[in-house]
Amino acid sequence: MFLFDDEPIDFTLQPGLAAPVWRGRAADGDELKDFAAAVQLAGGRLAALWGSDCRAAGKGFRLDVVFGLNEGHAWVRLDLPEQGNECPVYPDLSGRFPAANRMQRATRDLVGIATEGGDQRPWLRHGGWPADWYPLRHDAGEAPAFDNRPTDYDFVQVGGEGAHEIPVGPIHAGIIEPGHFRFSVIGERLLRLEQRLGYQHKGVERRLAGADFSTGAKLVGRISGDSTCAFAWAYASAVEAACGVEPSPRALALRALILERERIANHLGDLGMLGNDAAFAFGLAQFFRLKEDWVRLNAQLFGHRFMMDSIVPGGVAQDLDAAALAAIVAQCEAIGPAVKELRRIYDEHAGLQDRFLTTGPIDAALARELSLSGMAARATGLILDGRAYRQGYTPPPPWAQFGVRPATDERGDVAARVAVRFDEVFESLRLLRLLAAGMPAGEIRRPVVPVADASGLGIVEGWRGEVLVGVRFGADGRLARVHPHDPSWQAWPALEHAVMKDIVPDFPLINKSFNLSYSGQDI
Amino acid sequence: MWSVLKHILKTGVVSEPAPDAGDAKRELDRLNDEILRILGRALTIREVDAGSCNACELEIHALNNPYYNLEGSGIKFVASPRHADMLLVTGPVTKNMENAVKIAYACTPDPKLVVAVGDCGCGCGEIGQLFGPNYATCGAVENVIPVDVRIPGCPPTPLALMQGILAAVRTR
Ligand code: SF4
Repeated sequence: MFLFDDEPIDFTLQPGLAAPVWRGRAADGDELKDFAAAVQLAGGRLAALWGSDCRAAGKGFRLDVVFGLNEGHAWVRLDLPEQGNECPVYPDLSGRFPAANRMQRATRDLVGIATEGGDQRPWLRHGGWPADWYPLRHDAGEAPAFDNRPTDYDFVQVGGEGAHEIPVGPIHAGIIEPGHFRFSVIGERLLRLEQRLGYQHKGVERRLAGADFSTGAKLVGRISGDSTCAFAWAYASAVEAACGVEPSPRALALRALILERERIANHLGDLGMLGNDAAFAFGLAQFFRLKEDWVRLNAQLFGHRFMMDSIVPGGVAQDLDAAALAAIVAQCEAIGPAVKELRRIYDEHAGLQDRFLTTGPIDAALARELSLSGMAARATGLILDGRAYRQGYTPPPPWAQFGVRPATDERGDVAARVAVRFDEVFESLRLLRLLAAGMPAGEIRRPVVPVADASGLGIVEGWRGEVLVGVRFGADGRLARVHPHDPSWQAWPALEHAVMKDIVPDFPLINKSFNLSYSGQDI
Repeated sequence: MWSVLKHILKTGVVSEPAPDAGDAKRELDRLNDEILRILGRALTIREVDAGSCNACELEIHALNNPYYNLEGSGIKFVASPRHADMLLVTGPVTKNMENAVKIAYACTPDPKLVVAVGDCGCGCGEIGQLFGPNYATCGAVENVIPVDVRIPGCPPTPLALMQGILAAVRTR
């Protein structure tokens, strides 16, 4: 089928129960470019972009681009023939989708395929390995012996009288992941923020290449610890789509329950931290108390405080009995009123509201332009939630039956992101009660047998936004290529915009209101 | 303000046994006492994330929740390694963080303690193996700077973290 009337790319729907994905192949760079233009015109997003080296199978290089459309996702592949020692090129998509910039640069660093023109600064490579050595090429071998010396980075300089720079990081002041922020300021007014990330780059995609799919699940579950369940589910769905496995209704309901527990745990923690960053330590103590109760029940029911490795290809690893489901409902009953009261306190606290309101704003037009997803996008008024119905889109099971209500707020500031988090806690509590009460009977895990050369894409609405994992098996039934994509890729640039009207001391608060993943982006 | 005070009073001191955490609670009290006794003063920690997945950080954050109340034992997380007695390092030390970790170590005044946190930071267990040395990582904290104590786990629980910090303090 064709997704747009006058586009030549022919798509087929990915089989299975997961979120709708149409797969197609662009004949050349121009077709990809034209398709991207059509997506942009239709108000779509750039969801992910990655490259692979398929030369071992005699297929040259390959670029994968996933676009988010109203109806679901379009997964376009572009084959790039090998050109001797030259670096194969493809069209730069960042003119239409600014979010492409960093993904394209990372693809060059890892696979050695590049855009025609455009920003060629390295992104993940800081000087730890040579510029002409590409870790994801099949013949890369061990990294050559090389002096690990951090390279200079070409930050954009802001001129003018009184303008100066504040460099921050990679090690930040708090208990937080590393990254570098370059602030250009006049006095305390922020003129510009430029991020340099990649410090958490662990070469996970290379570790995944050649692994069996169970080992892959462990690695993908550790891309970003706060979203381990969302990643595990997206990976499982991708493997299941590739291998033609449909998880049982009980497994899907348990996955949803696990995902909503992860969402609530993170929102509770962040709401506490946001209070703290606005000098309201009471909020931190109260929310962290609630979060600790929450994760202790996880440990009791799933054997792990963050439920790592609970979602596996084929289903879930542990079952919950009636007593466990009752404990979950009881906890929801207890925590709901507590959060409600804390919300009232937050709402009525003049000092907090003064810090939250109008701070760090982005609007819906910018969110769209940057391909933003998730909580931060909904806080600008966009109705974008993979679990919820929207015109033309039916959410995958088990969500459809619950009528998930996406939380939105039009203000786009810190206050809006706080409000959306509160609303999502309540909605997730409602979903948890429904899930526990209506838990279908049946098996929790179905066998998965790898299918040679098969591929699949999984998409899950994590607490931060859209988590996406692409999987391709090799001829030997092991993983040939896995690309896990964290929503922070799109959200980091949004943070650069959000700080622009504020002062330096507001940065920690604005940053926390997004709470983006470094590890998820850097992988 | 009134509602805040009311809420505080109503909540009471939660550093108390959770329904089934009697043993853990006693262990926690003992740890808190011992840390205070051995140290006799505050201990300052600089946490350095050198490539973690962030779950280790989530548990380190939890140390300051009212249940574990690490600050109540006189242990404080500080912003600069120059103010720190101990470095608490997570992650398999990425190549991109290797230099920063070495600099942080050099900046920490002697006698300093280094604690490696998590299976990937310690290079142990299945997860330590999966995150072993490759083009992008050094493989374990001890491959980059000297380590005094290792706290395995993926991630280690807050209780294990407290025990590990105490074990490090005892080595002095
Ligand atoms: S030990 Fe586990 S939880 Fe800790 S950083 Fe490593 S992978 Fe994440």
